[in-house]
Amino acid sequence: MGMTMTEKIMAGHAGLSAVTPGQLIECNVDAVLANDITFPPAAKEFVKIGKPVFNVDKVILVPDHFTPNKDIKSAEMAKIMREFVKEHNITNYFEVGRMGIEHVLLPEQGLVAPGEIIIGADSHTCTYGAVGAFATGVGSTDAGAAMATGKAWFKVPSSIKVELAGELPRWVTGKDVILTLIGKIGVDGARYQSLEFCGAGVASLTMADRLTIANMAIEAGAKNGIFPVDTVALNYLENRVKKAYQPIMADADATYERTVKIDLSQLQPVVAFPHLPENVHAVSDIEEITINQVVIGSCTNGRLEDLAQAAEIFKGHSVHPDVRVIVIPGSQQVYLDAMKQGYIETFIKAGAVVSTPTCGPCLGGYMGILAAGERAVSTTNRNFRGRMGHVDSEVYLVGPAVAAASAILGKISAPGEVVA
Amino acid sequence: MIISGKSWRYGDNIDTDVIIPARYLNTSEPAELAKHCMEDIDPAFSGAVQAGEIIVAGRNFGCGSSREHAPVAIKAAGISCVIADSFARIFYRNALNIGLPLIELGESVNRFKQGDDIIVDAAAGKVKNVTTGEVFQAPSLPPFIQKIAQAGGLINFVKGTQV
Repeated sequence: MGMTMTEKIMAGHAGLSAVTPGQLIECNVDAVLANDITFPPAAKEFVKIGKPVFNVDKVILVPDHFTPNKDIKSAEMAKIMREFVKEHNITNYFEVGRMGIEHVLLPEQGLVAPGEIIIGADSHTCTYGAVGAFATGVGSTDAGAAMATGKAWFKVPSSIKVELAGELPRWVTGKDVILTLIGKIGVDGARYQSLEFCGAGVASLTMADRLTIANMAIEAGAKNGIFPVDTVALNYLENRVKKAYQPIMADADATYERTVKIDLSQLQPVVAFPHLPENVHAVSDIEEITINQVVIGSCTNGRLEDLAQAAEIFKGHSVHPDVRVIVIPGSQQVYLDAMKQGYIETFIKAGAVVSTPTCGPCLGGYMGILAAGERAVSTTNRNFRGRMGHVDSEVYLVGPAVAAASAILGKISAPGEVVA
Repeated sequence: MIISGKSWRYGDNIDTDVIIPARYLNTSEPAELAKHCMEDIDPAFSGAVQAGEIIVAGRNFGCGSSREHAPVAIKAAGISCVIADSFARIFYRNALNIGLPLIELGESVNRFKQGDDIIVDAAAGKVKNVTTGEVFQAPSLPPFIQKIAQAGGLINFVKGTQV
């Protein structure tokens, strides 16, 4: 019987010729990731095992959530990571000033490759499915144990086939694709399952679109989201990934639990209302919703293509007088490229602030916390109660084009209301 | 292990941001996290919860972030077991890894109200609502998962199986 991409990758890493959904297996992992929030507890568990780091090149540590340190306690957490890096000679550590938001940084730096298994103590680790890897979020204990053993146990997930057809219309992006899918299947629609994207529509999606889509697989409850490795992906990986890798394809007779079809050409800009990512509406269908803040960035939408879209809409316009806009490039490289392209100047001239890379406002950490009753439009990934600040604040999830248009008009707006 | 206690009843999609808001994640100290457990959905919880009590919730409990601080906060608050219709997968792993018993009971959770007296046999997956007299059986766990649970979590399990 044929296997899905995820099943094949798992079987290969478990030393098995085949696996089936529901099977419990132990896999070798190609990378273990942690951030400044999840690393300190992981280090505590790692020490209890009493073994050295399994591979100093395969533990990747990125201080990105509360850095540059937002307070003394956060500074202590970042210090724990920094000292561990020195003590264990960890090679893939990215200090403030040389870092990025982990899920923007790792693909950009070529640290994740097709056919690999990557676990990370961060739920959005599933982002790397965009390059054809099996990548999934775990907790600190799983990460700490894997840092010592190089292994993790998994239940092989069943798969949902997401068949994409057609091409996206102008101003409709990967964010609209994944929000539309979550709206269709719900926040637990893929719980414990793999979302395998395929179909003729994949070819028209940029890597930025695919990274955004895979990133939010977790928001449908999925264990992972994964894309086939095509020419677009291979071109992206060239000159980035220095190690050898083996792209894995799904077998033609692989078994899927069900198929969801999406015609990309029929999609339009959407927005997810509070307090769940499944509350999806077409922007063209909604009543007037005035806003106080706009955030453009995050592991979901902090890439150069995202900033390019926002800049194109901001060009020659000003941020609405009642709105604060915070733009956060996802990595130092994205920041530099955006500066060279003139995007940063466009943002500042429009009246936005531009921050150093950080997860900050997405999880209500710092750098843009909401007061009671305030509303934010955000290109981030979660709109749970209190996610970005006060428990009585609201978050509306959108793509970068809708975020920029909304910032200019002071209410949730489609890009077409500002530009042609 | 036999657990008994009163229930704290919550709905569907209780996410990790309401279990422990990220503004408190500048520490991983269990007692500190417990003070803010469920704060954004039930401000009374952390002050009123008694050791041994049980959370009963709906679908997709623990969805969202991978923060292990969520099950840690629940356990440190004194909760002895979480019963839900279903659990989000990272939360499920994390709870198992840190030794917080979970029971996946499907729609039978609708037979529980706030304050019901409950007895749980976690290893057997058996739950009795003492207030109503009803008894429920959760699907049995695979032997591998049972071994991690019996070891009290992943680290003890890994240490125990190390050559």
